[in-house]
Amino acid sequence: MIEAKAVYFTYRSGVEALKDVSVTIKDGEFVAIMGQNGAGKTTLVKHFNGLLKPTKGQILVNNVDVSKVSVATLSKNVGFVFQNPDHQLFSETVEEEISFALKNFGFEETTVENRVTWALNLLGLAQYRKTSPFMLSGGERKRVALASVLAWNPEILILDEPTIGQDYQQKEKLRQFVLQMRTQRKTVIIVTHDVEFVAECNPRILLMREGKIIADGEARAILTKPDILEQASIVPPQIAQIFLQLPELNLPNDVIDVYEARTLLLNKLESRTK
Amino acid sequence: MAVIETKNVTYTYPGGTKQSITNISISIEKGEFTLITGPSGCGKTTLCRCFNGLIPHFYQGELEGKTLISGMNVVDHPIHELAKRVGFVFQNPENQLFALSVEKDVAFGLENLGLPREEMRKKVDWALNLTGIYDLRERAPYELSGGQQQRVAIASVLAMQPDVIVLDEPTSFLDPLSAKKIFEVIYDLNKKLSITVVLVEHRLDLTAKYANHIIIMDEGKVVQDGDPREILRTEEARLVGVGIPKATLLYQILKKDGAKLGETVPLSSDEMAAMIKEALGKP
Repeated sequence: MIEAKAVYFTYRSGVEALKDVSVTIKDGEFVAIMGQNGAGKTTLVKHFNGLLKPTKGQILVNNVDVSKVSVATLSKNVGFVFQNPDHQLFSETVEEEISFALKNFGFEETTVENRVTWALNLLGLAQYRKTSPFMLSGGERKRVALASVLAWNPEILILDEPTIGQDYQQKEKLRQFVLQMRTQRKTVIIVTHDVEFVAECNPRILLMREGKIIADGEARAILTKPDILEQASIVPPQIAQIFLQLPELNLPNDVIDVYEARTLLLNKLESRTK
Repeated sequence: MAVIETKNVTYTYPGGTKQSITNISISIEKGEFTLITGPSGCGKTTLCRCFNGLIPHFYQGELEGKTLISGMNVVDHPIHELAKRVGFVFQNPENQLFALSVEKDVAFGLENLGLPREEMRKKVDWALNLTGIYDLRERAPYELSGGQQQRVAIASVLAMQPDVIVLDEPTSFLDPLSAKKIFEVIYDLNKKLSITVVLVEHRLDLTAKYANHIIIMDEGKVVQDGDPREILRTEEARLVGVGIPKATLLYQILKKDGAKLGETVPLSSDEMAAMIKEALGKP
């Protein structure tokens, strides 16, 4: 469980990035943090693995105050995948990259081998095992960074903009993977601008603006409110946009899923033609 | 005449064991807004590197076939000469920005052209304003957020007013509203100044409505090439891993279920909403 209690954070430059943020994320929750560039999303999640310490307030991860332990200790429980994979990758081959942390954590050689193979297959990277990460495309490098964190199987997984540069099939795999994590009671936190991806996953959303959380709730409740979304520089997903333009049809006002939309519209269209 | 034309282009990176792109023949006309999409690693970025001569001048490797920019064979013209015609906005803005201030980055290409100071000033301010970063002009690019850096990269290319702008996922770090604004700026330049736009994007939700030409690639080959409304009519595009707009997907599945909807494939939520209204409005 992650608890942020009245957290403030000010960068050395004087920028106040977080202002009185309080939130609790329970084990097994799937949370999407959304909001405009510079709203404090990445700053907030960097507190969850101790990369940043609050200027004021407290962060507890599994009841441990993150200010009192090292990032290395926390990282075994909290896996963090950065927005830009180039900030994370350094090894000569994809395989070395993924096995690096596992070796550091002291896993046995056969376990390392098995986990590397598992992560490579999961993310469709098996063919690049011996390739240099820097020979790969942007989207592929992103997946290598993700694989290297997944391999050590952390309890809490934080993904900063995981869908950037990913195609539809990769996003679908990521979605399946996140759902699988949930069934294992793992916590997944994503920072994202990708409204369509969020609409497909239907997580809990924390909407941020100027260092504060301005809305907290189910995706279908939040992504269908254009006024509050606009404050966070978010555009509603397309299905919500379509339904918002059809108030005269008296359809439910919290639809974000394309298949749900189909069923509702088919009923309307059929009753009309009868 | 085509602004960009490739004839049977096949390319393998130095030390690569397999072709990154294979036998690509495409033609992009002046003033078109072309969307290039396809699964990650399908060769989109490699193809674009042929348009501004990075292949073969910077990336050596093995190249077959021909790339013509306004009829000029890129092999015969150095990168700096091609840069006046084809502006390139990279996927990762950090690879593109190097000056000590935003303003200097945006002015860099113009300085190399040897333009008079006044004219340069005007063009730089115009590009800074268009991309909404005028207030950041004295900041250092490396201090900016990923999204702001992307705007700087776009501004430095716009300042050159090239015939063609190639943008490789130019807004991937931006929040949706900022991304939308950037796409609208690009669309506006395309419409008003007839700048040819080539946009590499996965997110057709945000971009399909601007395009009048779409090229879908898979495993180094072009698998679809034509009018987006024709190509996105069927579910085939989705099968190669293209995330078609949800509005278009909704249209496809409603049609498949026998719903009586018009024949013009919608590419945006506005078009889809209008279509539903029309279908329900009929007596």
